[in-house]
Amino acid sequence: MSEAAKGKLALYWAASCGGCEIAVLAINEKILDVAALFDIVFWPVAVDAKVRDVENMPDGSIDVCLFNGGIRTSEQEYMAQLLRRKSKVLVAFGSCAHEGCIPGLANGNNRRQIFDTAYRDTPSTINPDGVEPKHHTEMPEGALYLPVFYDTVRTLDQTVAVDYSLPGCPPEADRIWDALTAIVESKLPPPGTVIGVDTTVCEECPRTRNEKKIKKFYRTWEIVPDEETCLLEQGLLCCGIATRAGCGARCPRVNSPCIGCYGPNQGVQDYGARMMTALASVIDSNDPEEIDRIIREGIPDPVGSFYRFSLAHSQLRRSKLVGQSVK
Amino acid sequence: MADPFKPKIVAFLCNWCSYTASDLAGTARIKYSPYVRIIRVMCSGRVDPSFVLKAFALGADGVMIAGCHPGDCHYIEQNYKTIRRHTMLRYFIERMGIEPDRLRLVWASAAEGQYLAESIDSFVDAVEKLGPLDWSANWEENGDRLEALEAIVGEHAEAMEVRP
Repeated sequence: MSEAAKGKLALYWAASCGGCEIAVLAINEKILDVAALFDIVFWPVAVDAKVRDVENMPDGSIDVCLFNGGIRTSEQEYMAQLLRRKSKVLVAFGSCAHEGCIPGLANGNNRRQIFDTAYRDTPSTINPDGVEPKHHTEMPEGALYLPVFYDTVRTLDQTVAVDYSLPGCPPEADRIWDALTAIVESKLPPPGTVIGVDTTVCEECPRTRNEKKIKKFYRTWEIVPDEETCLLEQGLLCCGIATRAGCGARCPRVNSPCIGCYGPNQGVQDYGARMMTALASVIDSNDPEEIDRIIREGIPDPVGSFYRFSLAHSQLRRSKLVGQSVK
Repeated sequence: MADPFKPKIVAFLCNWCSYTASDLAGTARIKYSPYVRIIRVMCSGRVDPSFVLKAFALGADGVMIAGCHPGDCHYIEQNYKTIRRHTMLRYFIERMGIEPDRLRLVWASAAEGQYLAESIDSFVDAVEKLGPLDWSANWEENGDRLEALEAIVGEHAEAMEVRP
């Protein structure tokens, strides 16, 4: 490909941990191929380009933008809108942009509760004046602004139109390379596609599966599972049954249950609902009281267990908003 | 005076028992609350938890699942799965801040038209007492979101003006 025909690539992060940025480098020496095929026009982690440079680009001039992270603040929403306008193809890169991921679990709380914990209640906090972030502060030198912190984390596709999603926390290097290759070769699937494998983690898991009948769920620290049998059959809450494949069943292979970072399989709207359906089929009891006991004892945190990566993208999106929000 | 609260109730009735019971209630001219929206499914075991959550998310104030009595399922044991899903769902929605009593499981055989009508009425009464759910209101950001977005655009416009 000649120099003139090089594509323009942008990468951005919003509410995320930074792991997705590292995951891009996990494609190893192929990153050189990426550099040969694309000009990286914006990537705050690695490249010195400013927001105003992006604002000055013509609309639609970026060929591909890989956007990771959920939308938690007004600044992130602004960047999502800006990069949507400037990009031909916008990819929700990784679980946070796709489904909200761990930052989305804060949707069990609101801004007031989060601020109280972060700026008041933790034992290591000393804040006698009750200082906390404010959007607008008047100082003698002039007005100061901070982004507004939202009550609810939203996913990228709840904020702007998204062309493709690349699931995973973080996406596996092979899948990232598949996606980049597809873009370069113009072999992209129809818009809206989640780029991945249309089956579940169980399909990629080498463990032996029998009929599942569960009388008791165990937390991971309570038992050492054997390395041959299905983890769910041993009573561990393994989410492989509801989770999209594409990772190669990495966690079950090292004796650790799947936690569902690849999100729901093709055609499934609500990840947690699929988990509840699947688990309801394997609990070995027909007595409502015993069922209730098995669930409450074995799954103390149903929201975190069923929606660890997808609360923001679930049908309910967040828990009931309670109390007064902070101005 | 404000309009009285008219709850929106979605009821999933199984084809073989409970829907037939509602049919019987109809032919027998038994009156029941008009606030219930009946959806016929082949089996109470067909009711995926996502149907229930979707109903709540789209504005239902209560959801009822009705099927054949345990042991009488047309598909042998699928209503036992319904028991487990129902238990699981009540546990989950309670943690999300939805009163678990907004979800009710009822067994009504094809002969129990009267009982189904009474169950619907008592459920509608219970939901009326709980009041509106109005779930999507939880997704609204408070007023300063748009203001903040506009402020960012303004700040960046200033930044660009001083550029040589």
